[in-house]
Amino acid sequence: MSRPVDQAKNAETFLADTVHEQRLDTLLWAARMRRAAARQVPEWEELRTLASEIKEHTLSNLSDYMIQFEARATANGVIVHWARDAHEHNQIAYDILAEQEINLLIKSKSMLTEECELRPFLERRGIRVTETDLGERIQQLDNQPPAHITGPAIHKTNQDVAVLFSQKYGSDPNNEDTAYLAGVMRENTRPDILNARAGMTGANFVVAETGAMVVATNEGNADLSANTPQLHICSVGIEKIIPTTESLAVFIRLLARSATGDAITQYTSMFRGPRKGASMHVILVDNGRSARLGMKRFWHSLKCIRCAACMNTCPVYRRSGGLSYGSTYMGPIGIIMMPTFEIRKYSELPFASTLNDSCTNVCPVKIDIHEQIYGWREVMEENDQIQVVKKEAMRVADKVLSHPALYQIATTTLSTALEVLPHFAIYNRLNAWGKHRDVPEAGAETFHAWYRTHRPKTNEEVRRG
Amino acid sequence: MNSTQALSRNTILDSVRANQPAAQPMPTIPHFHTNHFQTNQPADLVAAFSESIARMAGVVVTEDVPDLDSFLRARFPDAKVICSAIPEYAGTIKPANLNHWSEASTIDVCVVRSPMGVAETGSVLLSDTELQVNTIAFLAHDLVVLLDPKQIVPNVHDAYEHPHFKLRSYSVLMTGPSGSGDIGAIVVHPAQGVKSLTVLLKPPPNVGKRTG
Repeated sequence: MSRPVDQAKNAETFLADTVHEQRLDTLLWAARMRRAAARQVPEWEELRTLASEIKEHTLSNLSDYMIQFEARATANGVIVHWARDAHEHNQIAYDILAEQEINLLIKSKSMLTEECELRPFLERRGIRVTETDLGERIQQLDNQPPAHITGPAIHKTNQDVAVLFSQKYGSDPNNEDTAYLAGVMRENTRPDILNARAGMTGANFVVAETGAMVVATNEGNADLSANTPQLHICSVGIEKIIPTTESLAVFIRLLARSATGDAITQYTSMFRGPRKGASMHVILVDNGRSARLGMKRFWHSLKCIRCAACMNTCPVYRRSGGLSYGSTYMGPIGIIMMPTFEIRKYSELPFASTLNDSCTNVCPVKIDIHEQIYGWREVMEENDQIQVVKKEAMRVADKVLSHPALYQIATTTLSTALEVLPHFAIYNRLNAWGKHRDVPEAGAETFHAWYRTHRPKTNEEVRRG
Repeated sequence: MNSTQALSRNTILDSVRANQPAAQPMPTIPHFHTNHFQTNQPADLVAAFSESIARMAGVVVTEDVPDLDSFLRARFPDAKVICSAIPEYAGTIKPANLNHWSEASTIDVCVVRSPMGVAETGSVLLSDTELQVNTIAFLAHDLVVLLDPKQIVPNVHDAYEHPHFKLRSYSVLMTGPSGSGDIGAIVVHPAQGVKSLTVLLKPPPNVGKRTG
């Protein structure tokens, strides 16, 4: 069983490095302020409501839209695959590539393929993968996951990148000029773009009505990855389906304005089918999404369009950096999505928030993020085995201490329980118990009464003296 | 579809059916012609389009360009390979001359006509119909797009009514040259695609001179 990610501890490490911490905070706040561009659109609030309603309509009719998408895509000459989980997704992608004996794959950024850990899967099987998004490539070269969903390397300084590129590409370690560094990346990536026989992209949206995959980038790297080779694989989470081209317009108007403040990304591209002689595959991935759809309090997080506005506005994210979350998705949206993948590992993430609700206020699809954060805290409180055992131990302690005659019987019960409880539960039970084992000397005093006299004083009590 | 795939498909669909919330209605989507793009007067749309694309580092040439070849030679003096995807101009090569789509990387300047511009965003529409070889718009150093000013629509809702989005295998709303803000959140050009995007507001030759 994996240990919970300790976001707070990771954040302390990040905060200790004041250069990176202050820089990230400044950059993200600037991005947050650029969202003022959104205010140029008088119907902004109406668009948010529409986007939320379209997503809720689609998700509540998702099975029909999936079947419609499959039929249209198939009619367009696209081969549609279904993946229940990350492993199946990776295996499908590998099989497609292996069949054509492909050993180099060019890729545009896709959070889904990060979620599935596709890159190491393919690399272990002898397929080299080149990320073509600048930030994603920087992270790949530095052997780090993305620290932000739209700016994967945003936590790095120009100096960090100059040093990294000099090590990997032999470029000038002292030239920190942004244009120079982007040029180094372009020169070194272009040969792979021209030589690769397969390209892979994610999708921001897929349109059921037309079978189209829609990808938004600023670099044009998805267009290059999909168009240059003769094989295009597109990975899509099933929640990315929208009904029509007409509804796509609503999301395109919201996406870039929420992400960077621009009216649109440089390239908003639509792939409907392969060109003559080429082939196109789409992999529809569940990986826990259909289960989340059934969570009454949490299914709304499936509306997310991955703009990152909630991260840029979040004081905890800005001060702790994306890597501190130890998860594919980070920031406010991450801490409500990750527990659906692995509840224990991500059990502490919902506490990485001040519940200030600015995430909810900027969300272009009106996800009730801060309420879901609160909801997840309640779930962790209710479900977390450590917490349950602690509470039970307290209850037993209370009872036993107030009725010393039961003490011997309780000892028998406890030893039975110890045999069936997992190690961590035993450990914690003993802890909870051990803390108060000297208490019987207090005689008839109840545990609560004892606790009232021994617990630390509240601020209010301290003030009152 | 093999048996594993059929099983996966059914498992996912069954799980979605079992879990999806009660059906909620699809809203009606208005066209929002209530903002500053509401007017369909060409002059206003041209101004709005030019302003929008300039914000994304695209360049608009509004003055008449009677001779395209001299214009391109003056603007890109070092260009050796000019790929023309428009019938009225020969360039040095045509998209059909490329044996492989990766050969588009040898192009210095690519010239193509867009069927639609979008005032709200400054985007131009391109598809496999206009490009013939899609990579010419990405692997070339510089891109020059001709656009009839009469074909500028007010906003993104209007744009997505274009039939290309339902018919073409590939289509793109292109807005400015390739850029990246991934290092230091400073946007630089180019990233992986073209270094510059120039839009010439010019009707096709058979339409005649534009007025106003």
